[in-house]
Amino acid sequence: MAAEERLLVSKFLRDRPDDSWSFSVAREHNDAYGSLEKAFSMTPEQIVEEVITSGLRGKGGAGFGTGQKWSFLPKAVFPRYLAVNGDEGEPCTFKDHMLVERDPHQLIEGIVITSYAIQAHHAFVYLRGEFALGAERLGQAIADAYANGFLGRDILGSGFDLEVVLHRGAGCYIAGDETGLLSSLEGERAMPRIKPPFPAVQGLYAAPTIVNNVETLSTVPHIVRNGGAWHAEMGVNRSKGTRIFSVSGHVVRPGNYEVELGATFRELIYGIAGGIPDGRALKFFIPGGASAPWLVEEHLDAPLDMDYVQSDLKTMLGSGAIMVFDETVDPLLVAWRLAKFFAHESCGKCTPCREGSGWLEKILYRMAHGYGRAEDLDLILSFGNNVAPGLSWPPGMTTICQLGPSIMSAPVSLKRFWYDEIVERMRKDTERRAALEVIPA
Amino acid sequence: MPFSDANLRLARDIIARYPQKKSAMLPLLHLAQDQDGWLTPAAMEEVARLLDLTPAQVLGTASFYTIFKREPVGKLVVSVCTNVSCLVNGGPDLLTGLRHRYAADGDVLVEEVECIAHCDHAPAYQVNYEFHGPSTADEASDLVERYKSGRFTARTLSGTPVAAVAWHASGEPGPDGGEPS
Repeated sequence: MAAEERLLVSKFLRDRPDDSWSFSVAREHNDAYGSLEKAFSMTPEQIVEEVITSGLRGKGGAGFGTGQKWSFLPKAVFPRYLAVNGDEGEPCTFKDHMLVERDPHQLIEGIVITSYAIQAHHAFVYLRGEFALGAERLGQAIADAYANGFLGRDILGSGFDLEVVLHRGAGCYIAGDETGLLSSLEGERAMPRIKPPFPAVQGLYAAPTIVNNVETLSTVPHIVRNGGAWHAEMGVNRSKGTRIFSVSGHVVRPGNYEVELGATFRELIYGIAGGIPDGRALKFFIPGGASAPWLVEEHLDAPLDMDYVQSDLKTMLGSGAIMVFDETVDPLLVAWRLAKFFAHESCGKCTPCREGSGWLEKILYRMAHGYGRAEDLDLILSFGNNVAPGLSWPPGMTTICQLGPSIMSAPVSLKRFWYDEIVERMRKDTERRAALEVIPA
Repeated sequence: MPFSDANLRLARDIIARYPQKKSAMLPLLHLAQDQDGWLTPAAMEEVARLLDLTPAQVLGTASFYTIFKREPVGKLVVSVCTNVSCLVNGGPDLLTGLRHRYAADGDVLVEEVECIAHCDHAPAYQVNYEFHGPSTADEASDLVERYKSGRFTARTLSGTPVAAVAWHASGEPGPDGGEPS
């Protein structure tokens, strides 16, 4: 358990826990906006190159190369837009909540550099509606940045203009999908759109648009400051740099921990987060948000490496949410609660997801509450195969966005680790109900 | 209710921030809820007029989002998370306790919500979008009472600080020289 936190994006808010969000403090103690001069001395293409060299990958969930995404913009098509994804809704992810509330100037600095790199003059920060304090602080931070010449016309004499608009969401998970976010930003229901065309080609108002996560953009100033090669030295294989992991559930010290990629789950859960309280045993953990298939004890020594977790463990690091459940937890109850979440948040556009999430919630409810039937798990996997064909990872798609196949991650995990146990329990529940002469549900 | 004169001016400023008017939908709905405490049909009709849309289009968008309340809900919304980290840390008990406590109180709406990204404080909840937790039902009730009595100042039902609403209504610029956002 040698790994320690490696603070990069979250360093300043740790150094100054009480006032890191204030403009004067961030300027004085963190050299906020200090990388802008260097950025403006480079050409936009050089910044894109530097970010590609850095190996930075999106930290919102999909893990797509940030510089690659920027380079997909069609040449000479303007206007272009930057949309900042701060809709953090993936269950048990709370890193962007922290970054927006406690270091908004780092984010704005990243927005300025990124907008310059992609030649956008209008950026929208789509912030989750529930983040009221975050909206207040980011709104103040944007006003301070305007007042001090870091936003607006001719920033630092560079000739570059940028307007930044803070846009509050209003309570909706699917606005965190990049195309759902764009729909919402256009004043519609946050329904995802079919890709292609990808947002980089036709996004907001059908113009080329880059959608990047808050943590991703907060990393950009560090790359400009220190160089892409410096960033690429951290991490492991194709997972470069650091990521903030939100560890919660049954751990002694739940919280956000920024570690260099390549550390292990064990170091994170048992080392940094303090392990499970009272020495209880681990039942299972979910490595990348509610959409990720689950892992158990035997996977604890696997590295935090996006590609390894995908190819060998058949799950994902996703949004960096690690939920830990001890031996007292009933996996069926957690699976039901996640199904309830997806049923609530399914936007209703695609039939497999809209219907499948509701069916799944109903069946898992009865299974978790003593009304299950022996054939229920097979029933779920049977119709689930129409939502996420193949029931493997990465999942097949029958829906426009990833929410659809995500509903099957928990049931697939139930099958993987506890199939016989669950079928036996359902059989016993059925017998018990018969003995009590209770009418089966 | 229709927008006050001050809010109508703010609404026009908000619309001007966007390349296309319709993008101002969510901000204007938040503004209406700040003003009235819920989203009245009259407010949605006015938003439709301001954005050159039909009231049905506004209702269609508004009804998709959980923060917008399309009926009066009192003065305080207590949002209790029961998603998985809160589920295994007492969220359901907190929800049940608060629901019993405020079942007959027209000023307080207790609602079950999905993950509010405060999982390191499980069981987590919000009072008018101010984060709190971890708490027992009794501790949370005490806190809600402090908001009710005015000892703590609650945000609006859309999560805006009341001070920002007051600056704007006064017609004076905010302390930062700009509009409250």
